[in-house]
Amino acid sequence: MADLSIDFAGIRSPNPFWIASGPPSNTAYQAHRAFEAGWGGVVWKTIGEPIVNVSSRYSGIDIGGTRMAGFNNIELISDRSPQTNFREIAETKKLWPDRALIASLMVETREDWHDFIKRSEDAGADGIELNFGCPHGMCERGMGSAVGQNPGVIETIVGWVMEAARKPVIAKLTPNITDITTAARAAKRAGADAISLINTINSITQVNLDTWVPEPFVGGFSSHGGYCGPAVKPIALQMVQACADDPEIQLPISGIGGIASWRDAAEFIALGSTSLQVCTAVMHYGFRIVEDLIDGLGNYLDSKSICSVDSLRGRAVSRIKEWKYLDLNYKRIARINYDRCIGCNLCHIACEDGAHQAIRLIAPNGLGLGPGRVPGKPIPEIVEESCVGCNLCALVCPVQGCISMLSVETGRNTLSWDDYQEKSRGAS
Amino acid sequence: MQRMNLSAKLPAQAVAEKMGELQTPYTPQEASVEASRCLFCFDAPCIMACPTGIDIPSFIKKIETGNIVGSARTILSANILGASCARVCPTEVLCEGACVLVDRQRDPIKIGRLQRFATDYVYERGLDVLKSPVRKSGKRIAVIGAGPAGLGCAAELAQLGHSVVIFERKPWPGGLNTYGIAYYKMKPEISLREVATVERLGVEIRCGIEVGRDISATRLQQEFEALFIGIGLGEGQALRIPGEQLHGVSDALDFIEEIHSHPLHEVAVGNSVIVIGCGNTAIDAVTQAKRLGAAKAIVAYRRSETEMPAYHFEYELAQRDGATFYFNVAPIELIGDEAGQVCAVKFVRTETSKKGELKLIPGSEFTEPADMVLKAVGQSKQSAWLTQNFPALRLDQRGVIERNPATGQTSIPHLFAGGDCANGGREVVNAVGEGKKAARGIHAYLGQSNMPVARQPSRLGVNGEPSGSGLEAPIRAHELEKLYFSEAEQHG
Repeated sequence: MADLSIDFAGIRSPNPFWIASGPPSNTAYQAHRAFEAGWGGVVWKTIGEPIVNVSSRYSGIDIGGTRMAGFNNIELISDRSPQTNFREIAETKKLWPDRALIASLMVETREDWHDFIKRSEDAGADGIELNFGCPHGMCERGMGSAVGQNPGVIETIVGWVMEAARKPVIAKLTPNITDITTAARAAKRAGADAISLINTINSITQVNLDTWVPEPFVGGFSSHGGYCGPAVKPIALQMVQACADDPEIQLPISGIGGIASWRDAAEFIALGSTSLQVCTAVMHYGFRIVEDLIDGLGNYLDSKSICSVDSLRGRAVSRIKEWKYLDLNYKRIARINYDRCIGCNLCHIACEDGAHQAIRLIAPNGLGLGPGRVPGKPIPEIVEESCVGCNLCALVCPVQGCISMLSVETGRNTLSWDDYQEKSRGAS
Repeated sequence: MQRMNLSAKLPAQAVAEKMGELQTPYTPQEASVEASRCLFCFDAPCIMACPTGIDIPSFIKKIETGNIVGSARTILSANILGASCARVCPTEVLCEGACVLVDRQRDPIKIGRLQRFATDYVYERGLDVLKSPVRKSGKRIAVIGAGPAGLGCAAELAQLGHSVVIFERKPWPGGLNTYGIAYYKMKPEISLREVATVERLGVEIRCGIEVGRDISATRLQQEFEALFIGIGLGEGQALRIPGEQLHGVSDALDFIEEIHSHPLHEVAVGNSVIVIGCGNTAIDAVTQAKRLGAAKAIVAYRRSETEMPAYHFEYELAQRDGATFYFNVAPIELIGDEAGQVCAVKFVRTETSKKGELKLIPGSEFTEPADMVLKAVGQSKQSAWLTQNFPALRLDQRGVIERNPATGQTSIPHLFAGGDCANGGREVVNAVGEGKKAARGIHAYLGQSNMPVARQPSRLGVNGEPSGSGLEAPIRAHELEKLYFSEAEQHG
């Protein structure tokens, strides 16, 4: 069995799966249940001067039969006193010495940061996460994403934190910024030990079309909320990869954003994450999902003969290049397996109207599974000379293994955009 | 079996087609789509409905995420015969019947087919997902009977570190799973493949050895520290009417066993077959007789349609196969020709009084031609064998072994029992579950540390009352694994 344990900037954890700071990490009771279920770490719900929350707080979007494909919230940081939170952190850490317990903090002044860091460390926290991300409520008071959107402020605050901190410090970054690497670089410059990303994305999930009040409904109004859940994973993956690939950053990354299965986790690791934080999937199904996360990741690593999470980490990072370095002479085309074609012709209409008019309809002549049942009903055929290999038909095809994309040998040398431009200039 | 005038009816290819699997396996995409419909309920009722307590939502979730090996481990760690149960379980009345979607007037999740998908995946690739601990307890246990109960018990004992020897009377192990399941539901190879998994856990199976004949029960009790009895039920019950000795009259179970021990195209079947009785065995017999080429096949039941013990979906299947059902008719004589071959059955019509008593209607007799008569009116109990070999063993008034249902322990402390010989005759999955429970009972009896009780967190907190199946709780693969590895580390 592959080694799932990790060392994240000096924070040890028996597996890479941590509960992200949020509603599931609000109390010692929940942390205890999470650890009992097998989670490797818990990032405590953000501690600061206690706030007051509204009712209601959450909203979601469903896609087809899938509930909560996307999810948002307008809940603020912990509404319990710092004393209570630090006492519970101390109790929890004593019970679970082998797990990672991280205090998430959000305060305003230098003195407050120093004070809260000391109290976190006295309580036995293994690390400190700085919440620079919350896109709702706290940012109106100059905290949360108001900090994360301003690299100068990040640098100042991380600087204050590093004056006091002895335990590893993780800066949690907001995606509500044009280029997240600028925020990550600021954290690095000020001495942060690690970064975690992404926090939630500013959003409105749905409008009630009878009342015209968006959700979550609070006395006739709503507010911009933090968007998360499976729908945000592609955005998070991009930002994780961008930070992992930046030579000026080079910090351990805790990946966050829509992780619900071991496959998601493996993708985040391959793109450079060391630990993984999960919140929405736990809010949906409970702490028990960690069983498949651990089991599935372990089985995957074993099946690839990869001995540890560390050896998977970053394997896909360098596989992302700037567009201008991609090979313009590479070519793939679509191929239809007629033993599987059911004759829905979705590929035809997608290509005809939505892409490059490279799939025509022909008489079935005995090909395909479906067409034979409806006499004369045509089947699709790839017009190879028109096919640009865009993938659209393979994406819309409802049958697994029916349309595949084949690499074709062009006999031409690799040609990047820069090469191409140079060539064009030479020709003119 | 007396069957002088009967012959095989169809050529090999035709019979292979007709006896082919009813239920085709899922493709990976179909499995993934079906798995994604599962709500992943907490305290899922399907788990509670499963006699082996498989953590069903967990194995389905793993199919959805593509962790098929983990899915199979979740299934097989709770039910060693998970692959055959996926095919033969009456899921409509167990897990699928309990699915919350049924309450919403929607199709339940196809749990049986998903279970088959996951278990086929590991069997087809030859992957062993279960392990026995490296450290052995040094305790030896004998299991009598290599049917589902014995296999369930032996596999669990092996996983708990004990040495197990199974004694089986028949030439092949597997019990009714190998010899008695309708061919179109499951081929004997599937059963034997599962038996091989149990052997790979370290269990020794000695076939062709009958306890009481080839080895005495006394000697077993001297050589082994505990015994598990999983001998199932005995022979088919007699009709106790004239003509039962005629050629062409046999037990339905013997007919099914013949199908399983001969090439299909050599199995003799009548032209006009009458099956007496209307339980699930009667259905298996009549459908297979039709599929083997019988021109006419009748199920004759002395009570009414609403009283028949067969499951409704089995009844529907037989009707689709072209079987005819006669209700409220009782056989009173089997009529033979001059050669001693059965040629007809004489029936009398019956009615059920308001008190539920069966009354024969005088003057309503009629005869129905038949060249094959299959008796499916229940199996006899094993009380004779049991009292002969274990005189002190307490049986109840039905002739089945009395035992503590939680531990399988009988009136003799080192003797445990489960399956049909202890429950009077239930499903394969009940037998596996009872074998597993008895294994834990034996483990505790032998003074080994109690199994940690696997607990599902409930609303009462992790320390609240366990929920789940008739077992202590669903057994989770990772918990078993934790147990093995911690033991191996401590002592290895």
